[in-house]
Amino acid sequence: MRSGNAGNGMGKKTTTKRTESEVKRVLYERPRALLDVHTHYCAGCGHGTMHRLLAEVLEELGVLEQAIGVAPVGCAVLAYDYVDIDWTEAAHGRAPAVATGLKRVHPDKVVFTYQGDGDLASIGMAETIHAANRGENITVIFINNAIYGMTQGQMAPTTLIGQKTKTTPRGRDPETTGYPLKVCELLDQLVAPVLLARTTVVTPKHVRQTKALLKKAFQCQMENVGYSLIEVLSPCPTYWHMTPMEAYHFIEQTVTDSFPLGVIRDVKDRA
Amino acid sequence: MDSEQPEGKVALVSGNEAAGEAAIRAGCRFYAGYPITPQNELTAYIADQLPLRGGVFIQAESELAAINMVFGASAAGTRAMTSSSSPGISLKQEGISYMVGCELPAVIINVQRAGPGLGNISPAQGDYYQATRGGGHGDYRCISLAPFSVQEVCDLTYLAFDLADAYRTPVILLADGMIGQMMEPVRFDHLPAPSPTPRPWALTGTPGRKRNVIKSLRLPPEELEAFNLKLQDVYATIEQREVRLEVTGPDDAEVLLAAYGTSARICRQIVERPLRQLPFKVALFRPITLWPFPTAKLAELAEKARGILVVEMSAGQMVDDVRMAVAGRCPIELLARMGGNIPSAAEITEKLITLFA
Ligand code: SF4
Repeated sequence: MRSGNAGNGMGKKTTTKRTESEVKRVLYERPRALLDVHTHYCAGCGHGTMHRLLAEVLEELGVLEQAIGVAPVGCAVLAYDYVDIDWTEAAHGRAPAVATGLKRVHPDKVVFTYQGDGDLASIGMAETIHAANRGENITVIFINNAIYGMTQGQMAPTTLIGQKTKTTPRGRDPETTGYPLKVCELLDQLVAPVLLARTTVVTPKHVRQTKALLKKAFQCQMENVGYSLIEVLSPCPTYWHMTPMEAYHFIEQTVTDSFPLGVIRDVKDRA
Repeated sequence: MDSEQPEGKVALVSGNEAAGEAAIRAGCRFYAGYPITPQNELTAYIADQLPLRGGVFIQAESELAAINMVFGASAAGTRAMTSSSSPGISLKQEGISYMVGCELPAVIINVQRAGPGLGNISPAQGDYYQATRGGGHGDYRCISLAPFSVQEVCDLTYLAFDLADAYRTPVILLADGMIGQMMEPVRFDHLPAPSPTPRPWALTGTPGRKRNVIKSLRLPPEELEAFNLKLQDVYATIEQREVRLEVTGPDDAEVLLAAYGTSARICRQIVERPLRQLPFKVALFRPITLWPFPTAKLAELAEKARGILVVEMSAGQMVDDVRMAVAGRCPIELLARMGGNIPSAAEITEKLITLFA
């Protein structure tokens, strides 16, 4: 509890009457950049948590006015309606190329992409790998929920083996559809990236870890260290056909077997 | 080429290089491209010069990435360009449609080669429909400029940046392999210092202003229709103000040649230095803007003409615009060469005699 000292008067005798604002302790409030609107996300979806973390981190780093976001095509296509900074949309998969153009013109701004698994790891894989390989000084927020949400639940490149989707009605068969694509491990083969990490948002502990990693990723950019990607295992209760709690447990108990959590690369630590 | 060309000096450069130099002089400070023949001299020129003159050059991983980098740079508020040749321009159509939807200016140079498919690397004019009818998905048009000399490549490239700014739209410079590769004396010293329009919509971070959001997603049909109507208004203004053309030859010509780019270059030779005496007077009608097409002027000329011969290095695409403009006022004939063949002056002369003598 770090919110001011009003009302912290244990053991101290005060004689003056405290005003209402002195008594009020803010424990939890909307980050400045999170717009006061209802999102279109389903109950239990990970996007809401990630938008909040994004807004908190940009505010805490003092870069709200320097931030430029690139929104994806997918469930988060309307991300710009929720976080109050400069944004552009990008065609499906092209966010890293758009971010490259933005960042090269404005090296002093904080440029990030926010992309799902279909956007980043399927249609946009070439843009993803080459932006990483060039070491573009951008931050990539990769929401991996192992499914296409917006188009109603088709197989994603990250769909688990055996997972049922609209286009794998009998479960993903690696014989014909390949294996869940591990983006962090793939990018770990490249020389240029400086921070690659996989995290999730299904428990308070994980949320705190994710926030710390996100902050670190933006700090890499602000210190001109280079390309960072934070992969977030994110629940999609709707197209996993689960309750939110079931989806959270599914991530902890099953998804992490295919996608182990952790820091895959941190050049700053290594140095 | 000497980029710091002194006053009054003429340089001998290729069309591709002239486009690169003119773009830099027009204030282009971002270029992304991908190798493809016959436009590689343009990319090489920009790769050499732009970083030295305060800009960014990126060799992109694909045409898709290149046009989307240009999208990002334009969204960031800078004058940006990409170039390619026909197959690569097909790949850029997605990005061009998005840029129209987001009202982002950019210049796209197409040094056309022959298709369909991989086709070959010889000059052609098969991308006329693609350039003048939008090219990608959705209801839109791009201003399309057609140079027929290296000097015009220079002048129209410079102009393309101003037009892109003025109407917040991608502008296409439609050249071909001949125009791109041939070398001619060119002047650059008449080009004024660039004057990009203010970009209050650009993404620059938000100090002192409300945020900007650049997007083409307009979910309510009424909102998307309103945006389309706004585009159509802009296009009506462009059609009123930006038509450019050249007529070469006698005012009382009985027969008109209609051609652009390389085919216009050959046709002009017939008007100015005929291979043999023709028993009728011939003039050349040359659209410089393919869209907006010089419809009114052509209709006026057609009133007095016995006939028009359209010469194209395609199966006949511009001929559609000629037919619409002429609307039955006189007969229209077509000389079409494909596959990277350039019609010869002799071939065109023969055809004129067969048709009109
Ligand atoms: S479909 Fe899935 S990813 Fe999309 S908003 Fe709903 S829960 Fe979230």
